[in-house]
Amino acid sequence: MAEKEQLIIESGDAAQPFKYAVGMHGSKFFTETRDNMRLMGLKCPKCGKVYVPPRGVCGKCFVEMDDWVEVGPKGVIGTFTILRFAFIDPETGQQKPVPYGYGFIKLDGADTLLQHYIDIKDESKVKIGARVEPVYAQERKGITRNIEYFRIID
Amino acid sequence: MAKRVAIVGTGQTFHKSHRPDVNGQELINEAVQRALADADLTMKDIDAILIGNMDHFEGINYVDCWSVDGCGGVMKPVIKITTGGTTGASLAIGGYHMVGSGMFEKVLIIGWEKNSESDTTGAITTAFDPIWDRQVFAGAISGLAAEAQAYMARFGASDRDGARVSVRDRKHAMNNPHAQLRKEVSLEDVLASPMLADPIHLLDVCPRSDGACAVIMASEDSAEKICPVPDWIWGTSAHNTYSYLGDGDWGRLTSMEQCAKEVFKKAGIKEPRKELDVIEMYQPYSFAGLIWIEDMGIVGHGEAPQFVWDGNTDMGGELPVNPSGGVIACNPIGATGLIRCAEAAMQVMGKAEGRQVPDVKFAVSTGFGGCMWTNMLLHGKRKPN
Repeated sequence: MAEKEQLIIESGDAAQPFKYAVGMHGSKFFTETRDNMRLMGLKCPKCGKVYVPPRGVCGKCFVEMDDWVEVGPKGVIGTFTILRFAFIDPETGQQKPVPYGYGFIKLDGADTLLQHYIDIKDESKVKIGARVEPVYAQERKGITRNIEYFRIID
Repeated sequence: MAKRVAIVGTGQTFHKSHRPDVNGQELINEAVQRALADADLTMKDIDAILIGNMDHFEGINYVDCWSVDGCGGVMKPVIKITTGGTTGASLAIGGYHMVGSGMFEKVLIIGWEKNSESDTTGAITTAFDPIWDRQVFAGAISGLAAEAQAYMARFGASDRDGARVSVRDRKHAMNNPHAQLRKEVSLEDVLASPMLADPIHLLDVCPRSDGACAVIMASEDSAEKICPVPDWIWGTSAHNTYSYLGDGDWGRLTSMEQCAKEVFKKAGIKEPRKELDVIEMYQPYSFAGLIWIEDMGIVGHGEAPQFVWDGNTDMGGELPVNPSGGVIACNPIGATGLIRCAEAAMQVMGKAEGRQVPDVKFAVSTGFGGCMWTNMLLHGKRKPN
């Protein structure tokens, strides 16, 4: 053995699966997109801010929210980037296909931004403020991919 | 019972992309030995240890357990703090609270990371919500790119403005033997480097590093006996802003604004641009060197590009930023925020050698991470009132 040999031990293919609860508010959001192709947000009874993704508490007012409002389906790009570098997607363990459009979508009637894929077929149209609409998957399983991506409509 | 608190010693490894010659515990020990030597103390003098790194990067989470021999924690209180990118700055603030409480006289604070031991983007993604954040997320770069896009759209800044910040920090790193990347880059180099996520090029962002940093804090009862010119902590602040990435006010760092207001008020600083002498900012990519000095209140919104182009933040300028070369030149993530704190302390103590800014009276160090949160420390040469 060489005097300065520095060994590395690899973990190999070890995998540890997780099971994440979406919660009652997230579950309603996903069942609505799956069954009715509707996007829903939760409105704070105190400040009136509409949250998408929905969550049980308005952090600022620290009050419980249960006032569901329909938002979208159209919206604008709040901000975005186009991912061009390849990386391992920890969700799949595989290399994520690039390039792809990463949008922060401000749905009409919502005050926060929903992260989703945006269509980048024509990159010159991908701009902050561009109008977008969701493109729904044919087969919807009750996950974020009920919507495949958002497409630019102007 | 509350005590004034000062930094009396710092130590760092020579950070590199890969340190296969040491395991985590041995890496940590290098920084600890240097900090003890700097303060001329031994482990017997230390009352408690705060240690942290970013969970999941090495896939071995209990550093407070497995590092005990190397960190000096045998039969001492060892507490772990881990807050993502801000870990190092949170550790420093935690140390300030422990010593300031009067319950611990001398505390050893350690931040470390071996980024080489896993896939950094994969590890960072696990810090975010599995349902709402991870689908499109692509590690730190995707969120930062979205911030830069929003800033450019709001204020008309360009990718050349961002590149100017990279050129500055990489030039500054030439003066810092601890920095990982010690090779100057030109504007053209930055703009011609591969586009990772629009508008961020490879040379706009930090590398991934292996490294550790240790800082020793002491109360006013012993600080001046240990160290002729201690670095007094004048104030600290920490703010987190949202649950999900889409909740942010993109193009602004509101947590930075709030932290700056709080710590400057504590010290009576009204014109930070004139009253501060140096900033060590946790600036993981170039555009943050524009956006965040605006939110810190150094210049008005939209004014940072011109301020930076005019050389004000260069060494020798009105308010040098990142004399160490900053995060763009070196980023062992769990140590990074503490390195900013140590570098600011070295500036106040007059120990920054080739990267020393003359006559530093006030310095600011920051941490940044996760949900666009900011941690901030104000360091000063004079003992606080």
